[in-house]
Amino acid sequence: MAADGGGGVIGGIWAWLTTASNWDGPDGIWARSWEHLQYTLLAVAVALVIAVPIGALIGHTGRGTAVVAGLANALRALPSLGLLVMFALWSLDHLPIGIALQSAALAVLALLAIPPILTSTYAGVAAVDPATRDAAEGMGMTGGQVLIRVELPIALPLIFSGLRSGFLQAVATATIAAVVSLGGLGRYVLDGLAQQDYSKMAAGALLVALLAILGDRVLALVGYLLASPGVTGRRALARRVPALRAEVVVPATT
Amino acid sequence: MNWDWLGRNAAEITSWTLSHLLLAGLPTVVGLVVAIPLGALASRYRWVYPPLVTLAGLLYTIPSIALFVLLPGLLGTGILDPVNVIVALSVYTVALMVRTVADALVSVPPDVRQAAIAMGFRPVRRLLTVELPIAIPVIGAGLRVAAVSNVSLVAVAALIGVQQLGQLFTKGEQLDFYTPIIAGIVLCALIAVVFDALILSAIRVTTPWRRTGVAA
Repeated sequence: MAADGGGGVIGGIWAWLTTASNWDGPDGIWARSWEHLQYTLLAVAVALVIAVPIGALIGHTGRGTAVVAGLANALRALPSLGLLVMFALWSLDHLPIGIALQSAALAVLALLAIPPILTSTYAGVAAVDPATRDAAEGMGMTGGQVLIRVELPIALPLIFSGLRSGFLQAVATATIAAVVSLGGLGRYVLDGLAQQDYSKMAAGALLVALLAILGDRVLALVGYLLASPGVTGRRALARRVPALRAEVVVPATT
Repeated sequence: MNWDWLGRNAAEITSWTLSHLLLAGLPTVVGLVVAIPLGALASRYRWVYPPLVTLAGLLYTIPSIALFVLLPGLLGTGILDPVNVIVALSVYTVALMVRTVADALVSVPPDVRQAAIAMGFRPVRRLLTVELPIAIPVIGAGLRVAAVSNVSLVAVAALIGVQQLGQLFTKGEQLDFYTPIIAGIVLCALIAVVFDALILSAIRVTTPWRRTGVAA
């Protein structure tokens, strides 16, 4: 397939993206983007539920750090495509046909999103200033209260950076899910390749990149707004509207 | 495991392993070589740091399959050209390493730098013979992450037909057959372990002062 450089490529992508019929229907851009986002968000939610409690416990107790760091590294060495194909074959043999492929993709996406969230959670909790922890205990807090009211809020910015890495990993791997005949934006890449339609492939790739960048920006903003003003240095702003801390309106320019 | 199948396809698997080694290894080296001067610039001129790190973060956000597909359009290469994979992974490695190099150089103890200046070291010689060697453990740790994730990312290029171990995964999918998939995962993990060991021993060899305690 020719992918000749210059205006031809960009013109082709533009033409494909501005064709109204490419946006509607079950194979349209809206539907495919929504599918892609659904796989990603579901997987990230599962990863959060698993990784944050374990990471918080490890960071709080300081036990099992070496094991988790080792596991996270080992998981990074496993090829995502290989995992996906293997899980897909296994679940087609062992799960009801209607949910087999979705479950396999969800499991792989969540598995790949867990290590960054887990490591950033334990690193964030472990890095809390011991003096702060002592002060909380001195105020009569129990271990669990210290963890939930002091350590986790302080660790929140770091947890969010792990969450963003996990999200990116899931968005990227959700593209690959098309190889086991699932939907999502990866469909355009693979179908475009099969149909020798470079414009379609490149438009799909561009949409995936946009989704990743937009999602990452949104998560960064949410993390910034959720973090305690004392942690992010947003103190001055919070002092102006103390009662509305949870709904602080940040000017669009910041 | 179907060992017969592996035996019959040994020649092809060997050639895929070799090209996988090249496609993951070359970008790691290229990325490091490009990231060192950029990171050094960012550590010396503070105003370079924020835009460079932001750009690196943005590049790292783009999923690999998207870059593999978009690069042929930008470079004018064919879609199957392995050059796309090498360029894409070099970009990722640079994106990951620029920040690591800059942070590692910034954290060189100021008294060491002052001592080098007092001994008459000019900036370039100071960077090459004093600051970079001190930064090696941190840069090396970053490079281990980059190298290992490159091994996994190369496999993704099988989706657009670039020949390497990822072919074992698409083949297993088409044939509904576990053997090639397991072989591919094991070989990828082995390559990652080899790269990791190589980088670790390179760090050890280039920082003899860190193991004086053990040697003595």
